[in-house]
Amino acid sequence: MIEPRPLTRWLILGVVGLVFLVPIVAMGEFTLRRGLEGGYDFSRWIAVFSGGLTGEYKGVLTALGNSVVLAVVTVAVMLVILVPTMVLVQLRFPYLRRAMEFVCLLPITIPAIVLVVGLAPVYSVVAKMFGSGVWTLSFAYGIIVLPFAYRAIQANLQAIDIVTLSEAARSLGAGWTTVLVQVLLPNLRRGILSASFISVAVVLGEYTIAALLNRVNLQTALVIVSKSDPFVAVIFALLALVFAFLLLLAIGRVGAPRRKRSLTGASS
Amino acid sequence: MSLTTRSAAQTDAKTRGAGATVEFRSVVKEFPGHRALDGVDLTLQPGEFVALLGPSGCGKTTALRVLAGLEDATSGSITIDGADVSGLPANRRDIGMVFQSYSLFPHLTVLSNVEFGLRMRKVPKDERRTRALAALDMVGLGVHAERYAHQLSGGQQQRVALARALVTEPRVLLLDEPLSALDARVRVQLRDEIRRIQIDLGITTLFVTHDQEEALAVADRVAVMRAGTIEQIGAPEELYTRARTSFVAEFVGLSNRLDGVVDESGTVMVEGVRLPLIDATTPLGPVSAYVRPEDVVFAAEGIPAEVVSSSFLGSFRRTTVRLSSGALVRIQHGATAPAAVGDSVFLALTGAAVAVQQRA
Amino acid sequence: MADTLVSVVAPLEGVEPAAVQARRPESSRRAAFTVPSFLGLVPFAAYILLFLGLPTAIALFTGFLDGSGSFSLTNIEALADPVVLNTFGNSIGLSALTAVVGSVVGAACCYALIGTNPTGLLRSVVDSASGVLAQFGGVMLAFAFVATIGIQGMVTVYLRDSLGIDIFADGVWLYELPGLVLPYIYFQVPLMIITFLPALEGLKPQWAEANASLGGSRATYWWRIGIPVLTPSFLGCLLLLFANAFSSFATAAALTSQGSQIVPLQIRAALTSETVLGRENLAGALALGMIVVMVIVMTLYSLLMKRSAKWQR
Repeated sequence: MIEPRPLTRWLILGVVGLVFLVPIVAMGEFTLRRGLEGGYDFSRWIAVFSGGLTGEYKGVLTALGNSVVLAVVTVAVMLVILVPTMVLVQLRFPYLRRAMEFVCLLPITIPAIVLVVGLAPVYSVVAKMFGSGVWTLSFAYGIIVLPFAYRAIQANLQAIDIVTLSEAARSLGAGWTTVLVQVLLPNLRRGILSASFISVAVVLGEYTIAALLNRVNLQTALVIVSKSDPFVAVIFALLALVFAFLLLLAIGRVGAPRRKRSLTGASS
Repeated sequence: MSLTTRSAAQTDAKTRGAGATVEFRSVVKEFPGHRALDGVDLTLQPGEFVALLGPSGCGKTTALRVLAGLEDATSGSITIDGADVSGLPANRRDIGMVFQSYSLFPHLTVLSNVEFGLRMRKVPKDERRTRALAALDMVGLGVHAERYAHQLSGGQQQRVALARALVTEPRVLLLDEPLSALDARVRVQLRDEIRRIQIDLGITTLFVTHDQEEALAVADRVAVMRAGTIEQIGAPEELYTRARTSFVAEFVGLSNRLDGVVDESGTVMVEGVRLPLIDATTPLGPVSAYVRPEDVVFAAEGIPAEVVSSSFLGSFRRTTVRLSSGALVRIQHGATAPAAVGDSVFLALTGAAVAVQQRA
Repeated sequence: MADTLVSVVAPLEGVEPAAVQARRPESSRRAAFTVPSFLGLVPFAAYILLFLGLPTAIALFTGFLDGSGSFSLTNIEALADPVVLNTFGNSIGLSALTAVVGSVVGAACCYALIGTNPTGLLRSVVDSASGVLAQFGGVMLAFAFVATIGIQGMVTVYLRDSLGIDIFADGVWLYELPGLVLPYIYFQVPLMIITFLPALEGLKPQWAEANASLGGSRATYWWRIGIPVLTPSFLGCLLLLFANAFSSFATAAALTSQGSQIVPLQIRAALTSETVLGRENLAGALALGMIVVMVIVMTLYSLLMKRSAKWQR
């Protein structure tokens, strides 16, 4: 009843969709240019990939490696610190849930550019303890991904009754470790997976903190490269965008099929 | 009213020693701002099925959870077979528990769910499987072993939960309103099944419910709870016919409350009719008298009344009449309607027992 | 947890409560349950304090220190400097403009998506694309726009060669403030879609049915029911878009190589010691200014969302 007419629907989506496709297409077109002679080919793409780890673009690939490491460590930080705390709050401290939600949504109000002003002194201490490798950025990244990770896991937590599940497991003789690992985590798989994927995407796209703390990650490397060779920068940017898109699409589809699983309703 | 009285099978189980003795001794449980249990004393004999009955907030679920170890008592003690378990955490008390809302682990098959407790006890794989399948057969769900919880109906899920709780042969079985979320017909079927299994196994059982019909139907003894204490405990018939307080009389079964006067020991005068008293020691003076609907009958002469409404309930009828004093009385009688709405009738009170209390 | 203590003492197979009782005096019964639980919150609390609380505090309070580390209001006063004020004005103007355009276009897209299958392909694609563009774009969007409307960009070249229009006739604006508008809109619209679509789904079908049964048309429904109910969410999402643009740094950093026309760029300049009014700790003052704006905007946002949530319960 309140749906738009099909014409309206496809007009709006079509126009917006096309407009939004233009930059993507432009990126593609840009990377296929052959240079002064005009015309198109894949020479630039081939150059990037054939160079490999020893080629001209070694810097970008190293930076990509850094970003991957950062993504992995950030996800680990999130899993080890955030998930148990959320479970604990749900089980034992339900009155703290609002407070925790507020804290986890704070990073939206405190943008990275502000945070980084105060992170510099903190990281000088961190450097003394853990060295100044790139991976230590994950501690800050864990904060940045908090709003996304929290929302993804909380949606899952609210859908299952972990209080009853843990009580049932306890009544059957399970200790708390068993409850967490064998009963709760398997049922939190969807939320955790979703949170992990989103965190990976955020880390891969992060620029602000890495740049202002003088570390090298994918995005900072791309910015540097773009000053000298814009074509490579655009190639990687296109790849990264497509990769992130497929990642998010995967999360979305992982959620969908479950709902369609048929209930073979047997009568009592 | 109770499905069974103690049968031979049950007595066998008792002598087998399958059931444990459970004792609550002066158990108090305080939550911030609210005293949930106010000194509960209760003993469950081996193999006994006791129902905790009461309105929401009376403490019945709290009492169960304290026994389970899911809450700690503020003071008092809980003993199982004579040993104090108050210090034991929930996963070491060797109890079986069935929860109200579906507590089956969604990520495990039905069989894995039932095997869970055995896994915790490090029972070897083959024995685990055999015992779990046997437990599922006991509740009639052996064919569904490889299904998942969401593929079963509510009644089936609760039966799996029961099998899961019993497969480890615990000393005590705890049921926290296991039937409240089910359809009416399933509820009746399942409660009979629970009772049957309980008798076969001879396991001491504590059953929490707010449904008095359910409690009366399955329990050996019913404990009516109010505001954190047990108001009265006894066999179902006893609670029904010999309620000691007005709360019990009003909570257990339907009751008509009429004004009366105790004028000589042993009897009370109600609407001009003299009735014997349950408790002969009730002091003289004005009282509230409770008369069961089935103890009020239509007669050729007696107390005048006017028919207000009548409901057909299958095997019997319930008719409401208004007395000249304005009081409404409900009568339970055979299915044929004796009179239409608005008619004048006469009532007689049969010599059934009456629970009486001082009027405020 | 304390339970493991007991598990050592009394194995489950043949529980021996008597032995346990002998070892555990009554007073320790309560302690076993609550004390360890609180400890479980410590890792998270410590982490938040160290990497969120502390940096924020530092960012806020260094604004109140001068070069020698003593309390001073000079940095705060510097916020009144015309250069800084201009920067804030730019930030606010840019954010407001892109927020309004983004929210209107985004709302239109959400309207177009009403009634589509939530688990279907269209929705999945829109959700994923919006997610990517809204949150992970930054630097890469800058490149996309250089490729599109940069000096050698596809659209620039097309307009010049085919239609004779030179969009950079008056100077290359892509690398200055006006050049940020289009990229910002590019991530504002998807963000609007992400945040506003749930609100549209909160419109109960019963309201539309009631409207119809009472004789209302599609237009009356939207005018009298739909739009009034959705207005708090719409405004809330608009504020969110504003906050998003205001705090954005990566896109601007990638596009503009020199100059600090917006606040985040000013902060970068202050941190990398480019001469910004020659003051130490100016970054802290700027950060403080940003936080003030963000707190105001986010408070209004949450108030609006609470109001709309109440109606759509």
